[in-house]
Amino acid sequence: MKELSLNILDIAQNSIHAEATLVEILLDETEESLKLSIIDDGRGMSEEFLQRVTDPFSTTRTTRKVGMGLPLLKLAAEQTGGYMEITSKERALWPDDHGTCVTAFFYKNHLDFTPLGDVISTVVSLVQGSPDVDFRFVHELPDRTVELDTRELREVLGDDIPLSSPEILVWIRSSLIEQYGEGE
Amino acid sequence: MKSLEELKAIRERMQNKVILREGSAEKRIVVGMATCGIAAGARPVLNTFVEEIANRGLTGKVEVGQTGCIGMCRYEPIVEVFEGDKRVTYIFVDPAKAKEIVEKHIVGGQPIVEYTIGAAEK
Repeated sequence: MKELSLNILDIAQNSIHAEATLVEILLDETEESLKLSIIDDGRGMSEEFLQRVTDPFSTTRTTRKVGMGLPLLKLAAEQTGGYMEITSKERALWPDDHGTCVTAFFYKNHLDFTPLGDVISTVVSLVQGSPDVDFRFVHELPDRTVELDTRELREVLGDDIPLSSPEILVWIRSSLIEQYGEGE
Repeated sequence: MKSLEELKAIRERMQNKVILREGSAEKRIVVGMATCGIAAGARPVLNTFVEEIANRGLTGKVEVGQTGCIGMCRYEPIVEVFEGDKRVTYIFVDPAKAKEIVEKHIVGGQPIVEYTIGAAEK
């Protein structure tokens, strides 16, 4: 992937596929490092599946037997000297507290660090594709915090306006652009 | 956060319009957004379609959706246009081609044959 934000888009799709109602995308950035967490309340994975989930030959897709999403994120983190880890609670065993958390840590000054890229487009694409899922995006930067929580939007908009309406997507994009622009 | 007041104004504007539910559109554009599609450049293609449909005031008439991998990763980004029971499959789509597809196929009603999978497999 050319940008980390594309890996984020890809991994968040797994959460949606796992029937998550809330997907949190958290970025914690310093001058030296970037920590990414994608946390969902989806159906989770079994211990056994978790063991082999970063193997490209593990996948839930049905069109073929190869899945590259998590292996690619792991590679992107490890090639900077960082790491990726996954914890998961399967719905069958944890009916009230299930879901998956993927954490990846990157050293930004490493030659092989993939830039974050257009994370705003990633957020907009996720909301466009899954307007009924809630997303909480928080990007902590050294000098400011950028934040979007679709639950707050839903509170204002009510139930009859889909979040995928073009007007709403435009609002989300400009809200994020505005927040990133502040303090520059 | 960008003002929620603005969002309220959007809500009021939209409540006056009848919101068409999924499935009521005349045409449906579907972009492949699995790992293969994303890596090949599907995200800007998706966003181009969303913007073009909004800018041309086609919201409601044309729906833009996302799908997973359809098993032809080497042709990604793949875009399918559905109209009734007809389907046209475009391959190697980029934002420029996406604009052209909206103009000629979605608005003009003429599929762009040279961008389709049929043309590539001849």
